[in-house]
Amino acid sequence: MSGAPFRVLPALDVQNEFFWTSGRAGVLRILRCQDCGYYLHPPSPRCPGCWSSSVSPETVSGRGEILTFTVNHQSWDGSTEPYVIAIVGLDEADGLRLTTNIVDCAVDDVAIGKRVEVVFEQHGEVWIPLFRVMEDAA
Amino acid sequence: MTDFDRRSVISGIGQSQIGRRLYRSGLDLTVEAALRAVADAGLEVDDIDGIATYPGGGSPAGVGFSGPGTPEVQDAMRLSVNWHSGGIEGAGQLAAVVNATLAVGAGLARHVLVYRTVTEASAQGSGGRQGIGAGDGGIGGTMQWSLPFRAYSAANWLALNAQRHFHEFGTTPEQLAMIAINARANAALNPTAIYTEPMTLDDYFDARMITTPFRLFDCDVPVDGSTAVIVSHADHAPNVDHPVARVEAVGTALRGRPSWDQFDDLTTMAARDAGAALWERTDLTPADVDVAELYDGFSFLSMTWLEALGFCGHGESGPFVEGGERIALDGELPLNTNGGQLSAGRLHGFGFVHEACVQLRGEGGDRQVADAEVAAVANGGGPIAGAMLLTRNP
Repeated sequence: MSGAPFRVLPALDVQNEFFWTSGRAGVLRILRCQDCGYYLHPPSPRCPGCWSSSVSPETVSGRGEILTFTVNHQSWDGSTEPYVIAIVGLDEADGLRLTTNIVDCAVDDVAIGKRVEVVFEQHGEVWIPLFRVMEDAA
Repeated sequence: MTDFDRRSVISGIGQSQIGRRLYRSGLDLTVEAALRAVADAGLEVDDIDGIATYPGGGSPAGVGFSGPGTPEVQDAMRLSVNWHSGGIEGAGQLAAVVNATLAVGAGLARHVLVYRTVTEASAQGSGGRQGIGAGDGGIGGTMQWSLPFRAYSAANWLALNAQRHFHEFGTTPEQLAMIAINARANAALNPTAIYTEPMTLDDYFDARMITTPFRLFDCDVPVDGSTAVIVSHADHAPNVDHPVARVEAVGTALRGRPSWDQFDDLTTMAARDAGAALWERTDLTPADVDVAELYDGFSFLSMTWLEALGFCGHGESGPFVEGGERIALDGELPLNTNGGQLSAGRLHGFGFVHEACVQLRGEGGDRQVADAEVAAVANGGGPIAGAMLLTRNP
């Protein structure tokens, strides 16, 4: 993606590869227990609810809500442009959250409670899941 | 049988030179602090039979952060110990002190040298601190869930908690500012503090924004320095020529998810659990506390600790600190009486242990809180949390 900022990229391994490459198909995937239905994040080899080892990635809606955010002004990585770091709660389950960035909008337009949807930023084989505010939703 | 907590006292305290960019080695600073603490405890170096630190050697957390490990200090001082312990897992930075009380309580050691050494200011000055994006192979472990989103610093991670707290409870920037302003006022009375110029609300707001709602003075100041304390068996107290701090209780619990962003309640953190556990181990109550030394790596952390330790209700720390009177040296709960890490320097938790002992011993000079008999100490933020209650003895 042109214009993408510098990012520290994840090291792919057997446990996290599905998460970081899902964006290639345009969807977000989260590990889910096939026995009790619990969504696990970050990925873990066993369900923390029932301890089943039958856990598999499932496609989720990619929609959620901004639970909290911060506008970063400090130049940690050489960039001086303010940007938004947020925690997004996904619709599929209470407590299912991702730290992410809110993109494609002015930093002043970001607010807790706004509805957001996933977009991906490609860095080689890694697709970083970011979120943008849904215009037609409260 | 007495709980292990109350079998220990902090019989001696010592600090090295503290400053910005001293360019002295961590081991040098550590030995300086240790020798002072040993002498203060009325002991000889040969009396030390245990040694503990946080986190010590081998920690990957960056140059200047870890301090020398216990084997290095044992060798440098040619100690003969029956027990030694270091590491980054546990009840925050206080884990080292808690572990020492466990060792003393269990009879493994009688006099444990506990230290925390940082050289982060020099590390920054010489460019030795690990840069963003270091390493070609990508980031693994828990940091892969933060760093790719340019959430590089604990400032970012904790700002997310603070912003949620503001949202749910109406906490204001003016209230947050009081933590920094109170710390600065106290630092002016501390000869070893780094920042001692008075700070007004305007000064606070004029400083640059780091990551909303944190401005520059919401962030602690890196320093070089070492703090050492001697955790001794309580029966040593009468041998010391000054009052000592008796350990009343420790708070070491971790009941929620150990994560910066996955903890169940975004307005609190692991502090909630460690704080609750502390009061489960004592008959004292928050109303008994005379002085509070609550971690302020970022200003908001002191507010979360005020709530976690029950000095006010959940969500009520904003009104509690508003105006600053309540947390001032002559207020109902004097807070961070040495200036905290925000103004006295980031001695990483142990500055608070040292100051609690100073206050309980009545050695605070111009910043002494009258009749300080019970002190609360808390360390950590996010998934890292530990707390202690100390009392004056005799």
